Amino acid sequence: MNVDIKTTAVTQIRQTFSHVARQLGGDKPASRYQEATIGMQPMVNFHYRPLWQPEMEVYDVRRTKLVMRDWYTFKDPRQFYYGTYTIARSRQQETMERNLEFVDKRGLLRDLPEALRAKLIFTLVPLRHAEWGANTNNCYMTAYGFGVAITQATMFHSMDRLGLAQYLSRIGLSLDGNSGDSLAEGKRLWLEDPAWQGIRRLIENMMVCEDWFELFVAQNLVLDGLLQPLIFQNFEQGFAKAHGPALSLVTEFSNNWFDETSRWVDATIKTAVGESPANAELVQQWIADWRLAAREALAPYAAAVFVDAADDEVSSVEAVLDNRLTKLGLKAKAAA
Amino acid sequence: MNMPTNPQKPAKKLSLKENYSHLTRGLGWDTSYQPMDKVFPQDKFEGIKIHDWDKWEDPFRLTMDAYWKYQGEKEKKLYAIVDAFQQNNGQFNVTDARYINTLKLFLTGVSPLEYAAHRGFAMAGRNFRGTSARIAAQMQAIDELRHAQTQAHTISHYNKFFNGLHDYTHMHDRVWYLSVPKSYFEDAMSAGPFEFVTAISFSFEYVLTNLLFMPFMSGAAYNGDMATVTFGFSAQSDESRHMTLGLEVVKFILEQDPGNVPIVQKWLDKWFWRGYRLLALVSMMMDYMLPKRVMSWAEAWEMYFEQNGGALFNDLTRYGIRMPKYHEVASMEKHRLSHETWATFYNYTHAAAFHTWVPEESEMKWLSEKYPTTFDKLYRPRFEHWREQQAKGERFYNGTLPMLCQLCQIPMFFTEPDDPTKICYRETTYRDEKFHFCSDGCKDIFDNEPEKYIHSWLPVHQIYQGNCFRPGTDPTAPGFDPLAEVLQYYGFHVGEDGGEYLGSPDAKNWKAWTGKPAVSE
Repeated sequence: MNVDIKTTAVTQIRQTFSHVARQLGGDKPASRYQEATIGMQPMVNFHYRPLWQPEMEVYDVRRTKLVMRDWYTFKDPRQFYYGTYTIARSRQQETMERNLEFVDKRGLLRDLPEALRAKLIFTLVPLRHAEWGANTNNCYMTAYGFGVAITQATMFHSMDRLGLAQYLSRIGLSLDGNSGDSLAEGKRLWLEDPAWQGIRRLIENMMVCEDWFELFVAQNLVLDGLLQPLIFQNFEQGFAKAHGPALSLVTEFSNNWFDETSRWVDATIKTAVGESPANAELVQQWIADWRLAAREALAPYAAAVFVDAADDEVSSVEAVLDNRLTKLGLKAKAAA
Repeated sequence: MNMPTNPQKPAKKLSLKENYSHLTRGLGWDTSYQPMDKVFPQDKFEGIKIHDWDKWEDPFRLTMDAYWKYQGEKEKKLYAIVDAFQQNNGQFNVTDARYINTLKLFLTGVSPLEYAAHRGFAMAGRNFRGTSARIAAQMQAIDELRHAQTQAHTISHYNKFFNGLHDYTHMHDRVWYLSVPKSYFEDAMSAGPFEFVTAISFSFEYVLTNLLFMPFMSGAAYNGDMATVTFGFSAQSDESRHMTLGLEVVKFILEQDPGNVPIVQKWLDKWFWRGYRLLALVSMMMDYMLPKRVMSWAEAWEMYFEQNGGALFNDLTRYGIRMPKYHEVASMEKHRLSHETWATFYNYTHAAAFHTWVPEESEMKWLSEKYPTTFDKLYRPRFEHWREQQAKGERFYNGTLPMLCQLCQIPMFFTEPDDPTKICYRETTYRDEKFHFCSDGCKDIFDNEPEKYIHSWLPVHQIYQGNCFRPGTDPTAPGFDPLAEVLQYYGFHVGEDGGEYLGSPDAKNWKAWTGKPAVSE
């Protein structure tokens, strides 16, 4: 016998919002990522000239030299909107919290030999300021960028960088038994130590870069593409080999985070340069300029951290970046 | 090197405050390779003086890991309920299809403001010199993105069954009455960071949230809209954080320098009046659009502004702040605001993305009770006349375009503060041009910053200038119908998205799908 549930027939009158349908090329079911992204930013009929930049509109494509026919051709391969973003990060922070607790409870960092503690403080703790700089820069892209497809991802990236800065602070606290001394020392190093000054100068220069997409290239592709693997892969792996996995546990978040976000950074660059030869040339030039600056900035830091192996370590992360650039159809070698 | 010594003992436990302070304070630094004024070029030109950013008290002390955890949890719950709502066709459990029109007003008028707030707070989150202030602004920036997106996702389901919701961001950029909320927010965003946070965090979030956001959510609860009310509850904890931030911001600015007081007072005057004018849309929603009413506009104004707002401003007198200018005009208008507004939309509903209707007899009785001094005398006769016209098949639509206030951009339908039968007109001459206003409040704001407000994108002016047609439209073509063309430009589906509710496709579908009458008893 058939079980027959009687239902009233109700036919939907449309599948999605019209502004989403126009982008998809027809009225068809849209994902939550699409409905959260496409067309959400105001595009026309702006009312007042910003007091802080009267030559522009509140939202204005002219804040970068990059030219796109459609700013919604950018896509985040992670399909992050607020919900998927926070749910993903809340899972990751649970793991990280367990790792931090594990390490802290057993004093795995705190009880390291003095020289190693000093090394970790020197290498990692000042980086919290660099992450704060990366937060500042991504917040700039969010504020002045164009199109939700990019600016929502840079918003998530801004908050990620604050999270990374705070995790680095937690590592510092785990190293100093919660006294905060390592944080004070980290700040002193950041402000005064010659090994850190190149990176600080580079970040301060980025903070005054007015073209938001150039800033995206400088911060998220070039500097992160070199500095993050240098620390969270090369340094971390070397340290783990010699001294066990304590550090790896507390840098797991950063490590995974870099892999995940690189996919988005690469997709964004690929879309930008695929748009036109003019864009490709522009992005290529930005990469060349900032890579030269980054190489100069990283040299004293790498020398202090890796000593004799510094050149090899830097070359290895340069190769990682070259590999990414080649895959994106860009010239690998910096102009220098 | 001055190395911290190895403690070699269990770490001491940190309080929440200490933990937050370690993790957050001190992240920023005074730049030296680039001048601070170049790194932070925007936080001085408004004349606000901040001597010590460390005096900023963080109201929440929320680190990112905690933020991800709480917010991720909230999102999981919210989307579970939205999914269940969709599967169960929850849209058919609302009182009647008239209710959906409040969602249309909300999605086209308010949700885009959540997005604008997201971007505005990102600007503030970049531009303040103080680290903690920037973090607070950034957290609000991402929260506001949450609200814009969860509203889209919640109301997305209604869009599949009802008209007027389908092109809400496109409409927000173009439609005449939506320039009221749009210009409000762009006004704040085009100002400096301190005015922005005073306008939005304080005047909007702290003083007016209970009159703007909450009436929609309460309306949803009263009218069986479980999806929207769930969103509302989920956003409530964000909103209370934002309100706390609003109060902290203003106190911080006022405490930093006595010279800040007159600047802030001027902003409070301006943003009170700007916000109040925006609320005209909410007043008609509360009194006319909800099939089941929560409270009247006048009652809401008394409770949330006259009492709560009054107490708040009383509290601020110790800083030298007084009640915002023209608050007494707002109170004088409370018995007519919603009636004047709804009547105007009844006139122009063919050019609006939501339906209007004449209130039922039982609803007019409610209005008489809530507005004993004005409704029967001034407004009931007009609705009864319209009802008669409608019965004769002569539903009234106003075929002309209204004159708009240069400042708030609302049609000039408000009446003189002391005479509800006389339309209020004000004007000012600036650089040999005449500008028109609906009120002294709006005129004052213009007179303080005329260079800014001559740039208002006034929808009616723009229509007359020929700027509201789709590309390629030829106004000289035979049989050219300007109104029809403007509605095309707006993205309206004529005959579906606006006009009289009775007999509309929404009303017909409602009856067919639910078997319930288009107007509930």
